Amino acid sequence: MINEITLRLNGETRTLDVNPLKRLLDVLREDCGLSGIKEGCGEGECGACSVLIDGVFMNACLYPVGKAEGKEVITIEGLVGTENYEVLKESFEQAGAVQCGFCSPGMIMAAESLLRKNPHPTEHQIREAISGNLCRCTGYNMIVEAVQLASKRGEGLW
Amino acid sequence: MKEVNRSIHKKEGMGLSMGKPAYTDDLVPQNALIIKVLRSPHPYARILNINTEKAEGLDKVKCVLTYKNVPRNIVTRAGQGYPEPSPHDKFVLDEYVRYIGDEVAAVAAEDEETAMLALKLIEVEYEILEPVLDFEKAVDNPSIIHTEEEAHEMFPIGFQPKRNIAAEYHMSFGDMEDTLENCEYVVTETYYTQAQNHTAMETHSCFSYIDIQGRLSIVSSTQTPFHVRRIVAEALGMPINNIRVIKPRIGGGYGGKQALHGELLSSLVTIRTGKPAKLIYSREDVFEASYSRHPMRVVVTIGADREANIKAIDMNILSNTGAYGEHALTVFMVAGSKTLPLYNKADAVHFGGTVVYTNHTPAGAFRGYGAIQGNFALESTIDILAGNIGIDPMEFRAKNMIKEGEGSPIFKIMGEGTEGVDMVMESCKLDFCMKRGLELCGWKQKFPRKQVAANKVRGIGGAIAMQGSGIPAIDMAAATIKLNDGGFFNLMVGATDIGTGSDTILAQIAAEVLDVSTDKIIVYSSDTDLTPFDCGAYASSTTYVSGNAVKNAAIKMKAQIEEIAAEKLGVRAEDVEMIDGVIKAKSRDASITLSDLSTQLYYSHKQKQLMTCESFSGEVSPPPFMAGFAEIEIDTETGKVDLVDYTAIVDCGITINPNLALIQVEGGLVQGIGMTLYEEVKYAESGKLLSNNFMKYNLPTRNEIRKLTVEFAKSYEPTGPHGAKSVGEIGIDTPPAAIANAIYNAIGVRFTKLPITSEDILLALRKKRS
Ligand code: FES
Ligand code: FES
Repeated sequence: MINEITLRLNGETRTLDVNPLKRLLDVLREDCGLSGIKEGCGEGECGACSVLIDGVFMNACLYPVGKAEGKEVITIEGLVGTENYEVLKESFEQAGAVQCGFCSPGMIMAAESLLRKNPHPTEHQIREAISGNLCRCTGYNMIVEAVQLASKRGEGLW
Repeated sequence: MKEVNRSIHKKEGMGLSMGKPAYTDDLVPQNALIIKVLRSPHPYARILNINTEKAEGLDKVKCVLTYKNVPRNIVTRAGQGYPEPSPHDKFVLDEYVRYIGDEVAAVAAEDEETAMLALKLIEVEYEILEPVLDFEKAVDNPSIIHTEEEAHEMFPIGFQPKRNIAAEYHMSFGDMEDTLENCEYVVTETYYTQAQNHTAMETHSCFSYIDIQGRLSIVSSTQTPFHVRRIVAEALGMPINNIRVIKPRIGGGYGGKQALHGELLSSLVTIRTGKPAKLIYSREDVFEASYSRHPMRVVVTIGADREANIKAIDMNILSNTGAYGEHALTVFMVAGSKTLPLYNKADAVHFGGTVVYTNHTPAGAFRGYGAIQGNFALESTIDILAGNIGIDPMEFRAKNMIKEGEGSPIFKIMGEGTEGVDMVMESCKLDFCMKRGLELCGWKQKFPRKQVAANKVRGIGGAIAMQGSGIPAIDMAAATIKLNDGGFFNLMVGATDIGTGSDTILAQIAAEVLDVSTDKIIVYSSDTDLTPFDCGAYASSTTYVSGNAVKNAAIKMKAQIEEIAAEKLGVRAEDVEMIDGVIKAKSRDASITLSDLSTQLYYSHKQKQLMTCESFSGEVSPPPFMAGFAEIEIDTETGKVDLVDYTAIVDCGITINPNLALIQVEGGLVQGIGMTLYEEVKYAESGKLLSNNFMKYNLPTRNEIRKLTVEFAKSYEPTGPHGAKSVGEIGIDTPPAAIANAIYNAIGVRFTKLPITSEDILLALRKKRS
């Protein structure tokens, strides 16, 4: 079953001919050629596939593309180039939060989503917000530090 | 030091965080066939009939592989030096399947849907055999797991397949019986550790294609590209010169990728069809059908005299390698060789045991590589013994542990599968690590316990550890440095950056010698056609072994540059020095920039390419050391245990990149903490792994990990590149014992089995009360 699905992807309107049951994760990687979104588990448990859908933080591996009809999808590629991203990226780099990097795009999406809701999160709130994103390389401390840094540096952005 | 001992950002960090295509699955050609593997539903069975006709009849199915149509060459998939210390006991596909998840057949189709459908259409008739699921009943079990006559060892490792023994080893010195008899205090305890899963966020991934010259290229998420090339050639019976292995960016390895996973099947599909093909493991595949840590039973006896001097240590291990013997001998040996030297004054030491086959998912390399299992047993027993003697456990350690300038007979006796090398610790700041750690964690105020609320008690506990820096006299790394016009360099290394930042630190090591900034060193790593050899990323080898190769290549390059510059400036080679990209004559006011010199060298003056290549194989393997301290809090009503603080002081020599070294230690700690408290492995009675996803297998998240305090001791290893030792594994070793000791100190219950869950604690508390 192939349907026409129209959505806004990273600021552009896209019309795709796909099976509406296909996972948004696969559509983004295979049909839209976006590599920033990763599959770490395929079961909604690791956050490597994090995207924002109409501003809401979601796991694309559990999201059938049909549901995205008419919605706004933002992936890491859509964030790149924004002022927010610049602050986030610098903070992640400075805190040394990127190790193997496989979780990093998802982590940055989680940070963006948190800061949009709460530009001045406490350490506890950061831990809570990012607890759905697994990282097996780091001790997480650096990631928490990165978000704190971003929150401070990006004063007024979020 | 200008470039070394600086927290330079990882070279590819920016690209990775932008989500640029970098990992294996990001690079797969559009038209690649999708490979799916049919896996055994039985722990042990023989395939009586397998009918693939219906699957092959599907339009988009391009290839179906079963044991009937693949080459029958027996290999080990362990990515180790050659000849491998692991038994050769694995065919590409076999008529026997030996664990739930073992490969029965592979299908390659044009799309995933068809591949999945084709799997369902394969009809298999099995003769179900009696599995061996309890590793303590494996030896001489009537059910024999490896009956194939081709199975063999490459050199004596105690391989006895008819007895379900993959490897066996014993060593001893001194008179154990006599020494123990004369000890005032003797403790014996038995410990069990679980089959921890690596759970690298990037699952095992590879793809293959035939290049323009008709050669097979494999792109793989591997820690050991050169071993992959050798093993693929051997397993498929093809000339090694027809194979190229490329390692792109890797999403974490931790030992799990120190073996072949999909490469053999993917290569065969490509060879058979001429088409690119990819095999990407699902998360479930990783859990059920790749690799775990070797579960072990460790029995330790330690004896001490009246003055609290350790006189005897006896360690007996039963290790479970699962269905195949990858890393069987060496992981088990490291449980002794990287723990026993910590207490180097014992008169009598025995180490030995058996590694058995069972019908479980195979075990393999995993950060710590046996040392963490051995450390849990040894360092828990040290605390028990200290308690019996009535001495502070850290003081007991300080009194008995290895110190700078000392050696241990173990170093010479035990290597990795073979004899080891003699070593004296030229850098060992364990005493500092201990002292500083005690201060930082507040030992004096907190030991052994503090009641912090009516139902909340805190306990503190510690442990010490050592690891190694590569496998001496066996593993080799090489590096090539090429000078380019404009005065920048390419550094080509076989060394395998698996996300650790090794490309960056190797560039720093070269930059330090060449006196240029690190961004002038462009690194290209791990391509078997283009880069020189390197054994790969394992055994904590990259900083020390590959780092030394890089340093030596850079020294040679510097000498060549200076020689040519001297000639140009009309002075002798000894009379020039290269500083900050400028080569100056010492005796008079003459100089030339590296940029000008190299450009002239390639275009206008005595044209020639400067390129140097050096190799390094360690004569020793200087151990990094650490002291770790855990403070835990237990809710005595619910049993809930929380890690409040973990303090780790590490001696890894000079840190080439303090930030990257810190991540190595913190990441290791969290994996060790996970193994100790959260990562429970559960099987159904049938042998089926139940904890096969992130819902059922609990990784520590940010919520569980509260405070980690890591510091590095001031230390300099004279044999290391710019004073460095390796740091990849040491962080993982102390948490099991330190946390178990802390729990004991809090509630007086000794846990000897991992993981220690809140449920276990509650049960123990209830039992204690009644
Ligand atoms: S891949 Fe979507 S949450 Fe793991
Ligand atoms: S950096 Fe490797 S998983 Fe997070």
